[in-house]
Amino acid sequence: MTQTLISRGTAAVFRTETRLFGRELGSLFWIVAFPVVLVCVLGFVPTFRDVDPDLGGLRVIDIYVPIGILLSMIMASIMAMPPVVFGYREAGVLRRLQTTPVRPLTLLGAQVVLHGAAVAASTVLLLVVGRLLFQTPLPQAPGWYALAYLLALLATFGLGAIVTAVAPNARVGTAIGMVVFFPSMFTAGVWFPVQGMGGLLQQIVELTPLGAASQALYQAMAGGVPDLAHLLVMVGWVIITFGVASRTFRWQ
Amino acid sequence: MTTEASSPAVLVEGLRKTYGAKVAVDDVSLAVEPGEIFGILGPNGAGKTTTVESIAGLRVGDAGRVRIHGLDPWTERDAVVRVLGIQLQESALQPKIAVREALELWTAFYDDPVPWQDLADQLGLTEHLDRRFGMLSGGQQQRLSIALALVGRPRVAILDELSTGLDPRARREVWQIVRNLRATGVTILLVTHSMEEAQQLCDRIAIIDRGRVRALGTPEELVRSGSAATITTFEVSAAPDLEALRALDGVVDARLEQGQVVVEGAEDVVLSVLGALAAQQVAPRRLRVVAGSLDTAYLDLTDDTSAKADAS
Repeated sequence: MTQTLISRGTAAVFRTETRLFGRELGSLFWIVAFPVVLVCVLGFVPTFRDVDPDLGGLRVIDIYVPIGILLSMIMASIMAMPPVVFGYREAGVLRRLQTTPVRPLTLLGAQVVLHGAAVAASTVLLLVVGRLLFQTPLPQAPGWYALAYLLALLATFGLGAIVTAVAPNARVGTAIGMVVFFPSMFTAGVWFPVQGMGGLLQQIVELTPLGAASQALYQAMAGGVPDLAHLLVMVGWVIITFGVASRTFRWQ
Repeated sequence: MTTEASSPAVLVEGLRKTYGAKVAVDDVSLAVEPGEIFGILGPNGAGKTTTVESIAGLRVGDAGRVRIHGLDPWTERDAVVRVLGIQLQESALQPKIAVREALELWTAFYDDPVPWQDLADQLGLTEHLDRRFGMLSGGQQQRLSIALALVGRPRVAILDELSTGLDPRARREVWQIVRNLRATGVTILLVTHSMEEAQQLCDRIAIIDRGRVRALGTPEELVRSGSAATITTFEVSAAPDLEALRALDGVVDARLEQGQVVVEGAEDVVLSVLGALAAQQVAPRRLRVVAGSLDTAYLDLTDDTSAKADAS
């Protein structure tokens, strides 16, 4: 089983988890469909389609595309995935796999990949639907956009990993998830774009993972190079969250 | 896989495992021979599950060592998982996975799996293949769990609380599967607190209490070692002097039960009972002597020895 790059057992775990993920219609709705629906609703507000001088010649609807992308990441990593891991841990699925040639880490890996894939699908939908319905701009600096996107994805999954690792059980975990979820939505700019916050509030929000991600994605979309500070803030969060999570995660 | 024929399938030596101040397993040693059905019996919290989880490599002992066909489950996980099949107590699967999907998934883990259709058939799962795990009854979940433990063609199978949640008929069917497994040379470690199951299936039994092996032997040996090795019953026309019977050497209890005299005692106690009856000029009718049950032996061993061990 070790000759091939991906063993038969690992492939089977991915195949099975993909099927099971397809049955989680709630998760799929919130990750893939909801951000697109939100952007469409906002796009039909006439004033959001007017150029806003405060936003450097962009329209409100334009900056809601990256915000929608971040929303999808938050849904996947903080709302959808931790309960799956809690469930697997409490039901003994992880422990059960520990006694087979496949490691439980494979199961967690499959979950991360699947939730990441759902985010990617949502991103493509947001870019295409925004472009077709509201002429939102495609990323003007694709390389920087991809980098900011990747860091944002890692940072949000880092938050999800922390939630999963520190929670003693599913009930507390869901509560902790909520506590992380709403500030993440706020700092990502879902209610009020970070770019329009200004002043001290904006400076604070830019130090949060989603605040920094929002700024970096926005700047790359507008064609500029994201501020190094935003990228470094995300890198810092990735290191901290995964560092803590990998030390505190329990398999059973 | 070149282990000597004489080496045990499962070897546990001086196993000790503590959780903080609590000693779950104090000092357990046992050797399970290849092809044997070996029972581990004991009250709740006796250290049975910690013992089998240490054998399975799910826990690492604080002291002692474990070998499965010569392999160390604490350090040689990758090799051990290929010879070991485990049905864990209270271990569920993904709630939305269908029975067929679970069997196919587990089949993909192993190089030389048993055709899962055969296992599903033997375990009565064939008509439930499309049902999701969360929709199965407790007994069906249990049977699927057993199937998954066996699909990898293990040389050693650990079955923890095998028949919990099964109705009497399903239990008999599962017992037959275990016997068939032994016939193919599989070594089976059976954790149970059902005396009947242990007596029916096991070649040898270890009784574990408070983290130690209190007794080890064949079911017959354990019954014989108990205070009520035999149960003598007979009918009499007139009520005999029960006090005199109780006073006999080796008699544990003598009582009247639904018109029958029941005498519990050591192995050869029937001879002195008959002597006493002759002295009382009472002629017993329908005399029967049967071996005592494992229950009595078990209660003796788990109550007395642990109390004595604590006192000393």
